[in-house]
Amino acid sequence: MENAKSVKLILEDGTEIEGQSFGAFTSSAGEVVFSTAMTGYPENLTDPSFAGQILVLTYPIVGNYGVPGEELYESISRIFESDKIHVAGLVVNYYSEEHSHWHAAKSLGEWLAEYNIPGIYGVDTRMLTKKLREKGAMLGKIVADGEDVPLHDPNQDNLVAQVSPDGVQHYGTGKNKIVLVDCGTKTNIIRCFLERDVELIRVPWDYDFTQLDYDGLFLSNGPGDPKMCVPTIEHLQKALQQDKPIFGICLGSQLMGLAAGGDTFKLKYGHRSHNQPVKLTGTQRSYITSQNHGFAVDTATLPAEWDMLFENLNDGTCEGIKHKTKPFFSTQFHPEAAGGPQDTEFLFDQFLDEVEKYKAGK
Amino acid sequence: MNKPNKVLILGSGALKIGEAGEFDYSGSQALKALKEEGIRTILINPNIATVQTSDDIADDVYFLPVTPYFVEEVIKKEQPDGILVAFGGQTALNCAVALYRAGVFEKYHVRVLGTPVQSIIDTEDRDIFKEKLDQIGVLTARSEAVTTMEDALAAAERIGFPIIVRAAFALGGLGSGFANNMDELRALAQKAFSTSDQILVEESLKGWKEVEYEVVRDQFNNCITVCNMENFDPIGIHTGESIVVAPSQTLSNREYHKLRSIGIKTIRHLGIVGECNIQYALDPHSEEYRVIEVNARLSRSSALASKATGYPLAFVAAKLSLGYSLAELKNSVTQTTSAFFEPSLDYLVVKLPRWDLGKFSGVQRQIGSAMKSVGEVMAIGKTFEEAVQKGLRMLDTGRRGFVANKPEPIDLADLDRLLSEPNEERIFAINEAFQAGYDVERVYELTRIDRWFLQRLYGIYQLSLQLASTRQQGGLDALDTDLLRQAKKSGFSDQQLAVQLLGPAEVKANEMLVRARRKALGVVPVVKQIDTLAAEFPAQTNYLYLTYHGTENDLEPETDKSVVVLGSGVYRIGSSVEFDWCGVNAAQTVNEEGYKSIIINYNPETVSTDYDVSDRLYFEELSYERVMDILDFEEPQGVILSTGGQIPNNIATRLEAAGAPILGTAASRIDEAENRHKFSSIMDELGIAQPRWSELTTMEAIYDFVKQVGFPVLIRPSYVLSGAAMNVVSNPRELEEYLKLAAEVSAEYPVVVSQFIQDAKEIELDAVADKGEIVSYAISEHVEFAGVHSGDATMYYPPQRVYVGTVRKLKVIAEKIAKRFQISGPFNIQFLEKNREIRVIECNLRASRSFPFVSKVSGNNLIKKATKVLLGQHVDRDASELVYDLPFVGVKASQFSFTRLQGADPVLRVDMTSTGEVGCLGDTAEEALLKSLLSVGYRIPEKTVLMSSGPLTSKVALLESAQVLVQRGYTIYATHGTHSFFAENGVPSSLVYWPDELQEPNALTYLRERKIDLVINIPKNTTKGELDNDYKIRRTAVDFNIPLITNARLAKAFIHAFTTLKLEDLSIKSWKEFKAQTEPVL
Repeated sequence: MENAKSVKLILEDGTEIEGQSFGAFTSSAGEVVFSTAMTGYPENLTDPSFAGQILVLTYPIVGNYGVPGEELYESISRIFESDKIHVAGLVVNYYSEEHSHWHAAKSLGEWLAEYNIPGIYGVDTRMLTKKLREKGAMLGKIVADGEDVPLHDPNQDNLVAQVSPDGVQHYGTGKNKIVLVDCGTKTNIIRCFLERDVELIRVPWDYDFTQLDYDGLFLSNGPGDPKMCVPTIEHLQKALQQDKPIFGICLGSQLMGLAAGGDTFKLKYGHRSHNQPVKLTGTQRSYITSQNHGFAVDTATLPAEWDMLFENLNDGTCEGIKHKTKPFFSTQFHPEAAGGPQDTEFLFDQFLDEVEKYKAGK
Repeated sequence: MNKPNKVLILGSGALKIGEAGEFDYSGSQALKALKEEGIRTILINPNIATVQTSDDIADDVYFLPVTPYFVEEVIKKEQPDGILVAFGGQTALNCAVALYRAGVFEKYHVRVLGTPVQSIIDTEDRDIFKEKLDQIGVLTARSEAVTTMEDALAAAERIGFPIIVRAAFALGGLGSGFANNMDELRALAQKAFSTSDQILVEESLKGWKEVEYEVVRDQFNNCITVCNMENFDPIGIHTGESIVVAPSQTLSNREYHKLRSIGIKTIRHLGIVGECNIQYALDPHSEEYRVIEVNARLSRSSALASKATGYPLAFVAAKLSLGYSLAELKNSVTQTTSAFFEPSLDYLVVKLPRWDLGKFSGVQRQIGSAMKSVGEVMAIGKTFEEAVQKGLRMLDTGRRGFVANKPEPIDLADLDRLLSEPNEERIFAINEAFQAGYDVERVYELTRIDRWFLQRLYGIYQLSLQLASTRQQGGLDALDTDLLRQAKKSGFSDQQLAVQLLGPAEVKANEMLVRARRKALGVVPVVKQIDTLAAEFPAQTNYLYLTYHGTENDLEPETDKSVVVLGSGVYRIGSSVEFDWCGVNAAQTVNEEGYKSIIINYNPETVSTDYDVSDRLYFEELSYERVMDILDFEEPQGVILSTGGQIPNNIATRLEAAGAPILGTAASRIDEAENRHKFSSIMDELGIAQPRWSELTTMEAIYDFVKQVGFPVLIRPSYVLSGAAMNVVSNPRELEEYLKLAAEVSAEYPVVVSQFIQDAKEIELDAVADKGEIVSYAISEHVEFAGVHSGDATMYYPPQRVYVGTVRKLKVIAEKIAKRFQISGPFNIQFLEKNREIRVIECNLRASRSFPFVSKVSGNNLIKKATKVLLGQHVDRDASELVYDLPFVGVKASQFSFTRLQGADPVLRVDMTSTGEVGCLGDTAEEALLKSLLSVGYRIPEKTVLMSSGPLTSKVALLESAQVLVQRGYTIYATHGTHSFFAENGVPSSLVYWPDELQEPNALTYLRERKIDLVINIPKNTTKGELDNDYKIRRTAVDFNIPLITNARLAKAFIHAFTTLKLEDLSIKSWKEFKAQTEPVL
């Protein structure tokens, strides 16, 4: 560790921070964002919503429990949230190269190197976090060995198109047929459905699912600006005309808002953490949620037949919407967790109850 | 919301092992939360040294025992409509359960706020607890609750060894332990049954990880976990005895959230409203877990979690028990975000326990499932290395960190045992093991401490080698900036660097060289805030720590005029909550006088480390290095050392030399008072008598000196093999026996021998002086004669049996001393008086342990006055004299924790062994004495007293008391000498045999059969046989929870009190009612 090579983190405002390299010794550019989650780096780094982003972890000691080996289940990963690391780079205060865990197969550095992702440690991540909080998420790059790369704004890219699968896949043989529109879904969403007696049809982001035979529609999480997903929104608008239950998570929630006729906006620095409090509107019930998003639905723009379902207790932003009469609802947070708290997983049950009700009333 | 109007809060009484300062913090927070709501608060707590029993915190305070009788009496009188029982530890909880079962709450229409008592019972009764968890499929260790020895043995048969035995309803794991076979089980179970009717025989999970969560729930079923914590030591060691980190370090996301979800599910099912703690065992090789226990109350862990995260658990718990929802409450750090959230840390904390086992003779040094530690520290850092090394220094046991300590003779043959059998020194044994060539794997095999922690420690060890190798290349000058920075990031102090770079000699001088060089190289720490949200939201927090992992300070130095108050650090025997009260009062006065207050302290059990007590809180070391780092940054107007006990005094000279603006008495004067030789010659110069003493380096010199002054003498060797460091010896044989224990007598390890004056009265003066003139003082009197450490003694204030002439003489001496040392601020003098002749024993140029006691009883806050003096305010000489006209008396009594210290000899000596104290008020001295002794666990005996009255003088002293006992219908059992002496003097007693006489009726049998209600055992002499016999009686009394008195004067006073007063005679009067009896004179 003492002999680690120097690398630099350079931000668009000119800030240059020197640190030591771990993972791949290479350069990479992206949007610099921070997460305050204290555990779950294997889950975080493989979350497709992080595509194009250089992730700063505020928890100062990272790598302690290594990285588990892959295990498959129904052809999907049992361990990770997708089949690869999606972040463009990782920034930490202290990297624990030696790790200790019964489930570990390799170190975090080895794993990053496998996917050619650079990491930098020895950074005052609190100082960096405060900067991002004050100035908003910024573009930045990790530069190794003087090998400079241009700054790059991933929000200009159609990130969803990059992380969405090419073809349609089927999982499970359960009684309820659910279409999952994969804009960069986390594997745990699939696991949550498969544990609940579902036949899952996983379709690409721009797939016209309206032609399929299904009982309920699910819109996944994903990276970047929801407005990039024009075909998804169009298909969704058709689905909103019908009465089949729809459930959206994260980007899926924003897509639902847009399809309903509302607007979305970019948050100054987003919510990326495992401790976001949300309140179920009109009740005394609140939940701690796992979140990872940079955009949000602007509740003021929602049409009259839609309501805010959950509200963020910290900053009042929209944490989910629901249709006043039809079984359509969404959450900005991640009920599937992984990583983070599992307190709202019951929403999958609620969605499937709606599906059952719909089927019964058909 | 149906808010109550008047709420009673139960405190936890005296500090004891397993129940310490954390409950002052919890109770103070709860009182603050209720006050904000306009609710009238009544507090019952005899612990007079606490912050919660100060003016203006509760509306009314009762300095009474927290026992069902007294609590019911207060309820009867005050008629509160609500009660909080979760803020006073196990003492309050046990009391509440008893009152609930007796229907007292129902009878007086008192609503138990927060967690219902039934839920508490569900968590405390092992059988019910297990059943409740079974209902929701949550796993607990396989165990059986039993009430008889036969059932215990049968249960062990079914479960299989090794097993753990626990006593139900016990604080700090009292009466628990591991058994590997039937014999060990039998011994353990017998002891456990003596503290509880029900014990638990459980599968052992040795080697599993121990993890805890702090869970909060409101009445709307909203639930959060505020913090999780991982024990460095695997399961098998009480969490109070473990090194603990927060948050967990070796748990994956799945493990973390699996346990979190189980915690929430469990707490919902149990119906807890407020705060609780859930402890797990986690298999290090799978995701298997067991729930160990739930504490349905604020606990040591919750105090730690509050300090670790900045989330005010006790405050929030109090609000929730009034009916608020979590979402309605604000995060008190950000003031804008909600209290319904889970803190995210961008640092880690390490908690380390402090033991004082060396203070007790005979005590078992191993640590395990029962608590023995007397205090704890919390260190904050960005890495485990940084925090753990800070923490090891904070313990104030002379260690510089994990490495670079003074070499201690360690038997390598013993190393494996030191690693595999947990003990107070184990972490240092790990360093020894690395030095001896053990690798992480081998240490892991022996300790079962997770490899991740061992890897970190190994990293520190390797770094120390790298630094040492620099020594050969030129030491400090050759030191590379990167290496220096890496060492500082790994928590190396300048002293450690001095040792590694410049060698083991002249460490303090070399430390200055390192510091200068380090600053020249620009390697300085940065100030970071604790804000509960890892910088996600802006926070105006003043809760700060220093780290070398950073390039930016989170805030600017204080720009207003500010004063730094140094705290008292770790609680240990001799220094605990009383100095926290002093520090808090000093900081408050600093604010009142228009300055910003800055506190430096690192003890998570205190109120002074609550971030709303001061304008800025540095949760940091009280070392020269760290205090200077903070002073360099803040540049305050002044620094107050004299309210923090001994730790700040120890660095006074160096701080002054570095130009720190120390307020009050000059450091050079402090040194003159603390250096035995200098102090003695000054006393000679002032014509003030002292007991004669000498520092001697050879055996011959010792014998010569003793010849001059005569027996008995007090001996203080520099180095002893085991047991108490000080002792009184009365004859040549004892002297010889004792010096055998002193491993070495030499120029390097001199022995101090002092004349010991028998039957002398001990009197203390606590005072404040301004530039050498006394402005206020308080005199108190010990019940016991000199020979009992002043920290263990029972004390009257105002004095009850001191001549007016003596008081006058004491004042004259104190005035001389104040003038000579040019004292500005608080000080304390201890005097001996015999035949109206007065001698000075010692003088402390700082606040003493008794400041809160005398300040509260007199109504004259000496710390406020002292602080004003320190800030340069003129303080008029007050009318302290008039306090003697108080129409009531205060008695301070000491709390001992011998029950928890297996093997320790429970006897009062010259060395302090008590862990806490109480102070109670009464209209007469007897009333105050009885209340205070009942508060520290004594009970009025029902029928029988066992007496072995020691030497002739104490036999004579106790004769009259024995007579009174007989008159009152008590049966006295007496050992031989006492029995014959009483018989000769016409006092009937029944003979019981000494333990070694092996004859019935034997004293031990009677104790074990609980035929004795009170034991009075006065140690006679130090011959082996006597020692063993006396020890066995005392120890058995303690093990079987029978009240024990080992001092004749105290025994006499106690007997007099309970034979003249009945329980019903003790007045139920609040502090304010006592005060109202007097005209304010001050």
